[in-house]
Amino acid sequence: MAKSSTKFGQYILQALSYAVFMAVVWYFSVAPVYRHIDADQALVVIAFKHAGQLLEECRESTAEELANLPANMRKPMVCPRERSPILLEVLMDGEVLFSQTENPPGLYNDGSVSIYHSARVPVGKHQFELKLKDSVRSEGYSFTHNEERLLESAEILVINFNTEHGFVFK
Amino acid sequence: MRVNPLRRAYIAGESWFNLSFAGLNPLYHLGTLTFFFFWIILITGIYLFLPFKGSIDGAYHSVEWMTHKQWYVAGVMRSLHRYASDAAIITMLLHLFREFSQDRHRGTRWYSWVTGIPLLWMVVPLGITGYWLVWDQLAQYIATGSAQLLDAIPIFFGSMATNFLPGQISDRFFTLIEFLHLLGQPLVLVFALWFHVRRISNVNIMPPRGLAIGSFIALLALSLLKPAISHEQADLGIVPQTLNLDWFYLNIYPLLDYWTAGEVWLLTVGITVLLIFLPWLPPKRSKAAAVVDLDNCDGCKQCFEDCPYDAITVQARTDGKKHKHEVVVDPALCTGCGICVGACHSANPFRRAEKQLSPGIDMPGFPVHELRSQTLAAIEAMKGEHKILVYGCDHGYAMRQLHTDNTRGISLYCSGMLPPTMIGYALKNGADGVLVSGCRTNDCYNRFGERWTEMRIVSEREPHLRARVDHRHTISQGAGPTDRREIEQALIRLREKLVKLEQKANG
Repeated sequence: MAKSSTKFGQYILQALSYAVFMAVVWYFSVAPVYRHIDADQALVVIAFKHAGQLLEECRESTAEELANLPANMRKPMVCPRERSPILLEVLMDGEVLFSQTENPPGLYNDGSVSIYHSARVPVGKHQFELKLKDSVRSEGYSFTHNEERLLESAEILVINFNTEHGFVFK
Repeated sequence: MRVNPLRRAYIAGESWFNLSFAGLNPLYHLGTLTFFFFWIILITGIYLFLPFKGSIDGAYHSVEWMTHKQWYVAGVMRSLHRYASDAAIITMLLHLFREFSQDRHRGTRWYSWVTGIPLLWMVVPLGITGYWLVWDQLAQYIATGSAQLLDAIPIFFGSMATNFLPGQISDRFFTLIEFLHLLGQPLVLVFALWFHVRRISNVNIMPPRGLAIGSFIALLALSLLKPAISHEQADLGIVPQTLNLDWFYLNIYPLLDYWTAGEVWLLTVGITVLLIFLPWLPPKRSKAAAVVDLDNCDGCKQCFEDCPYDAITVQARTDGKKHKHEVVVDPALCTGCGICVGACHSANPFRRAEKQLSPGIDMPGFPVHELRSQTLAAIEAMKGEHKILVYGCDHGYAMRQLHTDNTRGISLYCSGMLPPTMIGYALKNGADGVLVSGCRTNDCYNRFGERWTEMRIVSEREPHLRARVDHRHTISQGAGPTDRREIEQALIRLREKLVKLEQKANG
């Protein structure tokens, strides 16, 4: 009798242990709830890929340079591959939202720069000002853009860029 | 014996499960339970794969169909798949904590620890890709977060995160994730698991039946009560606002809202590196490895069978003796537990051919002849009636705390180090009773020492306690470092038994 009541007590404790274990499994598989973005916020994403201008123009090889090279490697023109860094500035309502200078990737600094930046902003109407400089050989910004946008709750505003159309709001 | 607070806390937790589960304490089967959860994940995963459609629209809708239309099979399978995955994380983390708190990760056992840490790195991404496949708002959130994390690794050019902007994603993405989740990651995990258990013998990948049935019923009940459901379908034009994160797998993603991806990497890699180097913080002083004496070894292979760490191999005889085999100890794998000495039938204290007892395999730091001497000295030191000699181990209850007029304890490296013939020897030389202790039952520090010894005493394993030894004078009692009550009760039980035997003998 005593043995069977001990066994019964054990089963109760086992059931309790399983219940606690499963409660932990269930709770942390869905809770606590995480708020990724507030209801009065939207997301601005600046994402594009762009290659800066070449650092130097192609030029003719000098006679001395040609003489120093083996005959099969002599080229009349020298074209350096290095590209300019990209300077990007994004202002929202006159405040800097994003400002960054990115050097070109690659062994010869000749790759395209990938920009991806996101920022949470308050919903409502905003004035965006975008500036991009992609050449060290010229003064000032190569591209600029101004646009006003009304952002709704949880909206994602994607700002893209390409040489043909400049900054594009999506 | 001083027990550090961490170990004491863990042992207290174990006591609760010993009370409720008796011989099926889940904390003694965390590794096999994890394997069991993986079996559930595998079987349910195969079923879920059949109706799953790997495309942007198809993925979400096929999972919704499983969850709501065929809730009674596919829905339950989905819930089992998720909850077993979560349970596996709990058992893995407990397994990790247990080995650490019980100091079972240092010394020669570093290998299992170090190969175990990367398993976490494989299981968590496996769970993450599983969440991607649902392609709901949670999937969108972790896909974007994962892309940001990958973008922070300097070996990748370009931005992966741009793939998750509106209109960018294609069905090829699901092909990649399906391949990773269904084949690539599981295969890598299986190989890693094989490496993890390579340096241990008698590997078991199934928990005791009762525990497996209980765990499965619990998971099934949870799946029926709280079925796993999806968030709204992913919409790359809207930011997911509130998320029911699975914190077992997705706990690092919220950090990305506060830290840069580089800082998140620094934290996770830093924790990983710290965990990997734990076995050497500080390094353990290893005991000298077992030594084989071919003059006394007949190549019976019992030590090879009993070694918990695969440190002993068998090879053809090299000394020209008539025996077919000899054993070789690999010092790099030997933890110095001494279980091989308990398995050696030449470790017999009754042998009188020589003054110094030399078995086929012995521990240089605590040879069998020393154990024999300590046995005689302990018996000599006891006075009064019902003299009880206790053989314990360095990882269980401290033997010196038992010393009274008629009780003496000898601490072995492991209870499995005790040759069964030593029990008969002690009884023949003046001990009235022998109590064999060691770690808690099923919780041997050296995996099998306590189990092998028990089996040897009841003649279920060689070398066994001889039939002519009166078994009634011997009992076994597992006892952890804090189990004073258990060992004192065992001593009382044995004394009562001895009194009854004495009364019976006196008519």
